[in-house]
Amino acid sequence: MNGENTHIVSAFDQELAKLNDIIIQMGGLAEAQINSSIHAVIKRDTERAGIVVEGDKKIDQLERELEELAVKVLALRQPMASDLRAVVGALKISSDIERIGDYAKNIAKRAIALAQVPPVEPLRSVPRMGWLVQQIMKQTLDAYITRDPAAATEAWQRDAEVDDLYNSLFRELLTYMMEDPRTITACTHVLFIAKNIERMGDHATNICEIVHFMATGKAMPEDRKKTDTTSFTVVDKT
Amino acid sequence: MSEIQTRTADAPAVEQAAAVPDPKLTATDLDVFYGQKQALFGIRLGIPANQVTSFIGPSGCGKSTFLRCLNRMNDTIEGCRVEGTITLDDQDIYDRKIDVVQLRARIGMVFQKPNPFPKSIFDNVAYGPRIHGLSRDRTELEEIVHVSLEKAGLLKEVKDRLEEPGTGLSGGQQQRLCIARAIAVSPEVILMDEPCSALDPIATAKIEELIDELRSNFTIVIVTHSMQQAARVSQRTAFFHLGELVEWGETPQIFTSPSDPRTQDYITGRIG
Repeated sequence: MNGENTHIVSAFDQELAKLNDIIIQMGGLAEAQINSSIHAVIKRDTERAGIVVEGDKKIDQLERELEELAVKVLALRQPMASDLRAVVGALKISSDIERIGDYAKNIAKRAIALAQVPPVEPLRSVPRMGWLVQQIMKQTLDAYITRDPAAATEAWQRDAEVDDLYNSLFRELLTYMMEDPRTITACTHVLFIAKNIERMGDHATNICEIVHFMATGKAMPEDRKKTDTTSFTVVDKT
Repeated sequence: MSEIQTRTADAPAVEQAAAVPDPKLTATDLDVFYGQKQALFGIRLGIPANQVTSFIGPSGCGKSTFLRCLNRMNDTIEGCRVEGTITLDDQDIYDRKIDVVQLRARIGMVFQKPNPFPKSIFDNVAYGPRIHGLSRDRTELEEIVHVSLEKAGLLKEVKDRLEEPGTGLSGGQQQRLCIARAIAVSPEVILMDEPCSALDPIATAKIEELIDELRSNFTIVIVTHSMQQAARVSQRTAFFHLGELVEWGETPQIFTSPSDPRTQDYITGRIG
């Protein structure tokens, strides 16, 4: 007797499996969207950016599908314990993934804008951040699939690296803009792109926390120290 | 015996039972036998005052047996033997000096099927107070009947026909009449053995609402096959399986993240 057993009502198992499948599909799409949007930025590829903008609709549609199914399962099956955590977890994770998709879409739009102005130096740091978040996203999804709280915690801790990259890029951009105001348009877009990537990381950590709760029934123990300090950052005008 | 002790020593419930502050009823190392067959194994459980405690578990798990031990209803069953202790406010209810009739006035019971006496509504509720001599005259008796019907949420529906037979009421009304009859003798504890399983959803909802109101004055223990009902009405839930108390704790905890895999399998509807 353990949580791996099947339900007496087999249709319930199928519905839970379907919820699981939708999350995995959404996660896979979001991962691909992150990848494509970063590529579109660095290669100045507006066509690819357009595909990313279009592609976000699929994630949105899957989220609605998942919501409908989750509400139906709650109403008709009245899930308890690990099943309840699975359904509520899937609902929350889907909205986090949907937001990640939105950020990717926004990056793609900015890629189109950036392609029309001369490239700026700080842009070089963007892909590093992007690949890192993409990796964290992959790790997070793996933790979801295996319901592994240790893997979730590991992925969660990596968000600090994203914050560090963001902090340094933020400073770099401020300095760059002060030195040459003609770059402000491009740098502002880059700044928002970096912010979007940083937010993706935050949503990934949310998912890690949910996975931990789904697997163990307990919240993740310690609070991660917030390392994004840009909200307090000023640059001396000297 | 040693085997039994090993089985219960692992149960996480043992530690939890000790954690109840100020229990109204406490079972300690309770074993129950029907002839040669052991039905309960070393139950240790504290039932806190003014709360609803629900017992859940598959058929034959011992939850009803345990409930019936709490007011010595098992005394009437041939070959039933109870070992260990149950205390009501530190008083051993299996003590020889205990008057069982008095005990059952302190610990009332409501059964699965509404079982009003073939008497008038008034006499159904007045029955207990009469045999226990709780009123000096007719006025006092009427007062008790009215207050009990009021508390049971039935007075409004029956106040003009108190002399009509109790059996003429609907199922839900009959069950509330039985609750009124149980509370007429001012018990401290009310035991309910699947009180809603013969009722429709509306009558069930009324009883559940009533249970919630009653707990400010009484300690309530309810056996139910509906886990949703246990989740809705109780503050604490105990899960029984094969005669053991597997897990016990606060109801939200039990239904969101139970610690024992057997509880998990049972409440999620997996084969267990």
